[in-house]
Amino acid sequence: MSERQRQNGRRYGRRLGGRWKWHRGILLGSLILFFFGLIALLSPLLSPYDPYRIPEKLQAFSLLSPGADHWLGTDLLGRDLLSRILYGARISLLVGVVVELAVTPVGVTIGLFAGYFGGKIDAVLMRITDAVMAFPGLVLAIALTAVLERPGFLSVIIVLAAVRWTTVARLVRGQVLSLREAEHITAAVALGARKGRIIFRHLLPNCLAPILVAMTFGVASNILSEAGLGFLGLGVQPPTVSWGSLLAEGAVYLTVKPWLCIFPGLAITCTVLGFHLLGDGLRDIFDPRLRS
Amino acid sequence: MRNDSLLTVEGLQTHFFTEEGVVRAVDGVTLSVRPGETLGLVGESGCGKTVTALSILRLIPDPPGRIVGGTISFDGRDLLRLPEEEIRKIRGSSISMIFQEPMTSLNPVFTVGEQVAEGIRHHQKVSRREAWDRAIEGLRRVKIADPVRRVREYPHQLSGGMRQRVMIAMALALGPRLLIADEPTTALDVTIQAQILELLLGLQEEMKMAVMLITHDLGVIAETADRVLVMYAGRVVEEAVVKDLFDNPLHPYTQGLLESLPRLEAGKGGRRLTAIPGLVPNLLELPVGCKFAPRCSKAVGECWPTEPELREIRPGHWARCILA
Repeated sequence: MSERQRQNGRRYGRRLGGRWKWHRGILLGSLILFFFGLIALLSPLLSPYDPYRIPEKLQAFSLLSPGADHWLGTDLLGRDLLSRILYGARISLLVGVVVELAVTPVGVTIGLFAGYFGGKIDAVLMRITDAVMAFPGLVLAIALTAVLERPGFLSVIIVLAAVRWTTVARLVRGQVLSLREAEHITAAVALGARKGRIIFRHLLPNCLAPILVAMTFGVASNILSEAGLGFLGLGVQPPTVSWGSLLAEGAVYLTVKPWLCIFPGLAITCTVLGFHLLGDGLRDIFDPRLRS
Repeated sequence: MRNDSLLTVEGLQTHFFTEEGVVRAVDGVTLSVRPGETLGLVGESGCGKTVTALSILRLIPDPPGRIVGGTISFDGRDLLRLPEEEIRKIRGSSISMIFQEPMTSLNPVFTVGEQVAEGIRHHQKVSRREAWDRAIEGLRRVKIADPVRRVREYPHQLSGGMRQRVMIAMALALGPRLLIADEPTTALDVTIQAQILELLLGLQEEMKMAVMLITHDLGVIAETADRVLVMYAGRVVEEAVVKDLFDNPLHPYTQGLLESLPRLEAGKGGRRLTAIPGLVPNLLELPVGCKFAPRCSKAVGECWPTEPELREIRPGHWARCILA
């Protein structure tokens, strides 16, 4: 059995492999993400300075322009910006990925049940979803952070997850609604499949491709949201750094020392772009109409 | 109706409740299938053939559809009163169904072997290994070449005819006593059609099962069915043994259908095909009397006020027409 599964897996892998090679978006996106992933993972080794230590001769190191010693300059407290961006990558990427991993099973389950059972179950689940969606995300985030007392890594995760699941639920419900009418679903019912089998063997696997695509876009959106929260001071708190909090610190000097914003901003932009390239690429190869 | 029958449907009414009104897709259909026989169900699109078939297995999507009247008994059990779990056990084991579109009736993300094996495991507690071996056996039975290799392939790697064979293998894996085949060959090209029909009839003989064959193709009916039901606007308008129906159709609608078939007869070449005038009536606005009257060339005054009953004109030959 396991041998058989391995063979099936290999075959499937080969089929994807063929398309993987020629898809530039996926290649470039993966490359970018690999680069930032590596940075996040190895930041203690790669950082030229301690990102938290404030030098003793503060005057001499405060707000230095990019140069040979400090490639990307220093902040007000004389800390090396490059090191801080490298460390910030950890928090930003972690928030993006963790939120998405936490939210996907919840959203998928709600979407599957709403779409498959329809009727009252659908109405109740979707009205709750609508209610959460209709609420301005930022206001909700501020309110939630206030309730959670101290902003920090955990509160950022909770706040983003509280809003993000709705998108996944809506997407999956839509997929299920159209899939439910598919002939192979009727055929499975006609051959005596149980409800659970229909949902988890027939509906879920056929939704996986769009879910995966949505997850990559979701991580990008979470990174942006984290930056937004960080900018408002609702993100991770000092001394922990994230790209969002770096942006917030740099914003004060935007007109005089713009690199304090530009470099963290670039990091965010590149990562988000990487996820979008990957997501677009995945959507292409999963789209049966584009299969040759 | 008849005591020796395997499946008896009496006065079946399946209606769809839409925003425009109630669509009476099936309105008072009565039929029976005897063990081992082939019953043909013919009619134009929208005449209620498929809805009748789906109703038997309680596969009508609710909402909007609902079976509002009649009884369906299979092997002495009233299918309409069974709890959901009991009807599930019947689906695929005692009564199986195959569909028109072999392209879409298989799950695209699993291999055909996994799907055939899964069908077996819906009903029997067997190991994966055993189900897999039986899947290979099933593919061999529907004459798929090299089943050991094919069983690992995905539906998109197979041709239409091959996929329909897989569907048949899935449907017959547990030796059902009745197979409902809903336009099983319509989506296939003609040479493949003949192969699939031949395969079905061979397996029917071998497994001693009854087949309810739904089609709009009278040619298919002539070759395969024992008895025929002609449906129009959700009703049975004629029922007869296949030979009687073709030799001596009683209902003007059946006559029209037969007239519209091309024929190869010596010395009579070049005959234009006759079409039935008009369109299939809107099921929301059916005429009061005979539903076929507006398109019938023989309609007389009495056809309009009341709908005729299905009467036995000759032994075993029924028609719903006052002129018959």
